[in-house]
Amino acid sequence: MHSAPDDLFKALADPTRRALLERLLREGELNVRALTEQSGVSQPAVSKHLGVLRQAGLVLERPQGRVVHYRAEPKGLAPLMDWMRFYAVFWDERMDRLEALLNRMDQ
Amino acid sequence: MNADTLTRTVTVERRVPHSLDKVWRALTQAPLLEDWLMANDFQPKVGHRFTFHMAPMPGWNGVTDCEVLTVVPGKELSYTWNASGDEAATGIRTVVKWTLEQLDGAVLVRMDQSGFREQDQRNFMGAKYGWERNLGELERVVAGLA
Repeated sequence: MHSAPDDLFKALADPTRRALLERLLREGELNVRALTEQSGVSQPAVSKHLGVLRQAGLVLERPQGRVVHYRAEPKGLAPLMDWMRFYAVFWDERMDRLEALLNRMDQ
Repeated sequence: MNADTLTRTVTVERRVPHSLDKVWRALTQAPLLEDWLMANDFQPKVGHRFTFHMAPMPGWNGVTDCEVLTVVPGKELSYTWNASGDEAATGIRTVVKWTLEQLDGAVLVRMDQSGFREQDQRNFMGAKYGWERNLGELERVVAGLA
């Protein structure tokens, strides 16, 4: 699931979409009707916003009969970490793997 | 003030109880390098161009363009570590340098990734969309990802 950072930032640039995503992060899985209730916009508008969030890799959907349930995908937010933080974590984890390899090379 | 000249470095250091020769092999033999770092076509020759690649993720195509800069067996190894493809123009341009130091019964392995610029941070955060970091819940989730 690869989406351009442009998609991600455009998806998050809209306050209604941010509010929908924050609600999914807080409350877990919800359907369109439940999400519409507190959104202040129409159900078709909510569906459209959910489509944009899904495209950006921020939301996953699970169809159940005629109802589609939506939930947040926190991993989609990974690009919001800055590169320095990303690589600090990355290299630390790779150093663990290097040590594991060195231990195996002994055998 | 020229923003291009202001760069920052990520440093990670480990003391490993293994021989210098073994650590050097793990850093310079492509199959061993793949085992702990990433799939690659590395060769320990100055000027050799190669890539590290992994599965793409949102915001990163997964391919890193590299060129070997220095090879001092058992001591120092460095290569460029740059964004590739569509991301090359605006992405990171950094250098990864490995330094090995023989200690008593161990090797000190040090990795410096230098060249992070202010604009890398700005691009990463999508400031070009005028998107302010007014994220509430999202910020907490992002903090939890690291």
